[in-house]
Amino acid sequence: MTAPALLSRTAAGFTPPLAGDETLDRPAVIRRVVRETPDTRTFWLSLADPDARAAYRFLPGQFNMLYVFGVGEVPISVSSDPGLPTRLAHTIRSTGRVTDAIGALRVGDVVGLRGPFGTPWPMQAAEGSDLLIVAGGLGLAPVRPAIYEALRERHAYRRVIVLVGARGPEHMLYRGLLDAWHEWMRSRRMEVSLTVDVADDAWPYGEGVVTTLFDGARIDPDRTTAFVCGPEIMMSFAIRGLLARDVPPDRVYLSMERNMQCGVRLCGHCQFGPTFVCADGPVFRYDRIADLLGAHAL
Amino acid sequence: MRFIDRAGFERLLNELRALGFDLIGPTVRDGAIVLDHIGGAADLPQGVREIQDAGRYRLVKQPDHLMFAWAHGPDSGKRFLFPAREDLATITKTNGSLKSRPAAPLDTDRPLAFIGLRSCDLHAIAVQDRVFLNGAVADPHYARRRRDAFFVGVNCGSPGGTCFCASMGTGPRCTTGFDIALTELDEDGFLAEVGTERGEEVLHAIGTRASTEEEEADAERIRRGAVETMGRELRTDDMPSLLYRNREHPRWAEVAERCLACGNCTSACPTCFCHDVVDTSDITGVTATRTREWASCFSSEFSHIVGMDVRATREARYRQWLTHKFAAWIDQFGTSGCVGCGRCITWCPVGIDVTEEIDAIRRTDGARQKEEVPA
Repeated sequence: MTAPALLSRTAAGFTPPLAGDETLDRPAVIRRVVRETPDTRTFWLSLADPDARAAYRFLPGQFNMLYVFGVGEVPISVSSDPGLPTRLAHTIRSTGRVTDAIGALRVGDVVGLRGPFGTPWPMQAAEGSDLLIVAGGLGLAPVRPAIYEALRERHAYRRVIVLVGARGPEHMLYRGLLDAWHEWMRSRRMEVSLTVDVADDAWPYGEGVVTTLFDGARIDPDRTTAFVCGPEIMMSFAIRGLLARDVPPDRVYLSMERNMQCGVRLCGHCQFGPTFVCADGPVFRYDRIADLLGAHAL
Repeated sequence: MRFIDRAGFERLLNELRALGFDLIGPTVRDGAIVLDHIGGAADLPQGVREIQDAGRYRLVKQPDHLMFAWAHGPDSGKRFLFPAREDLATITKTNGSLKSRPAAPLDTDRPLAFIGLRSCDLHAIAVQDRVFLNGAVADPHYARRRRDAFFVGVNCGSPGGTCFCASMGTGPRCTTGFDIALTELDEDGFLAEVGTERGEEVLHAIGTRASTEEEEADAERIRRGAVETMGRELRTDDMPSLLYRNREHPRWAEVAERCLACGNCTSACPTCFCHDVVDTSDITGVTATRTREWASCFSSEFSHIVGMDVRATREARYRQWLTHKFAAWIDQFGTSGCVGCGRCITWCPVGIDVTEEIDAIRRTDGARQKEEVPA
């Protein structure tokens, strides 16, 4: 489109920055697929272009839009170590058209990737305090990068406490890793506690919802920063439990889920009150959205 | 101010066409004044009046030749600057990899000149600019069309029965976003106000004369008359907090009983910007397309996440729309999302009136539903 020569100056009130490539997919190759639970797999991706791969960085809690050719896009949190950003883990449960299509992909297949998007877990805000991570089900995936980060900068935090709940042993993500972390807890001063709603005979950890782990965690309300991630109902119970233990509302962070289609604050689907979850979230400080969480079906 | 006679108005349209613009203007079709590509002044309405009320829109013929003695039909600039369906990207599969490119521009490569937009609709474009241009990421498709567009605004002398732009501070006089603003004085001509340098150049090219004091007084009288005959009013003080603190107000359930969740209001709204991002593939499986399509927050799948629609009820969806439009928008974009055009009232098949709904909540501020709604 070319403006007439006479009228080359911009139109009334026009002050645009022009877009970058946030809306265009970059090819990413599937390097490894790990089965986590009966319906959930972790896909390890590398951006195909060497320059893009070398330049890519993400922060714990951020997500990418993954695209299956001709099928569609889904927002998926990066679940790997931010210190190793050339290989990106995305833990995906098959629950719909696009995630089913991703589930059918194999090593060597290519997906489109846009991102990273969204707000990260505030690692710096947690420095100097006890870092308490409370995860439920698939909610462990978005906080795993924060755990890696905390382990790398272990000296920056006092205690590092990881409490994970799942429906049953077969739904616990990253089981091998959690077992290993559980074993390390003395040497690396990381305290890992696991629980499932319904245990089986082989399950060596606790039984009950994730909040049943709070008592054993000896939470010190004066020096705790909590990252909470999981289904909304689980998060609301977990946060209620933390507040009941006098953890201040402004020391609690959570990661919200809404329908995200563009990732760049344009499509409107992910609105949660005045916020756009794709850009103002997914990680929010609890006290800033407490009134929104209190309203039903927002 | 300048005076343009009827012949001068035709010269204005011809000049814009000669400059390469595709003219978008009002024209009568299917019993409504719609916006479409026009050839010249002959395509515009003549001697047409509108009757607008909640759930009601009718045209009536008058024995005169006035071209702008009506408020607005269902269309606004949105339909052209942010089309209902538009390709965003083309993705091709090559050697097992994929390549994503911006999609080819839509339908026309000529810049658009909008003829006869009202102040409400010029303000609506300014509202959409904040969404599509001034956010973290500018939308290149919107930006391309918006950058070159030319705007001939027309001050509103005949507000509709559902109009409340005077309450929203967005009219009836054009105050922003125009290159030229006209006031239709009578069948003989227009008073013209210049908004930009290029508006000045175009007026200079077509030849106009300075307006008389009498003509300017006429224009002022017409504008004042428009304020006085505005069909609706709305109090906007205490926004956004009025709606934020009334999320559990019983009125939401009450209006949900009437609302059909048809989405007419969001389609007719000149600022509603929500859209779906849809991916499809051609039959060869080599080329795929990413398309955006207007979406409505009144559909259940709009808020779909794994395992649930977050806003499963009409009550939740109506609350979302109204609260977003009049309250959350202020937090998000620094302006109300409503320009007071009243289209959502006129085009609602059951005549739900936003001004009435907000007034009802204001009258019973703080009321709560009796039953606790389960989380």
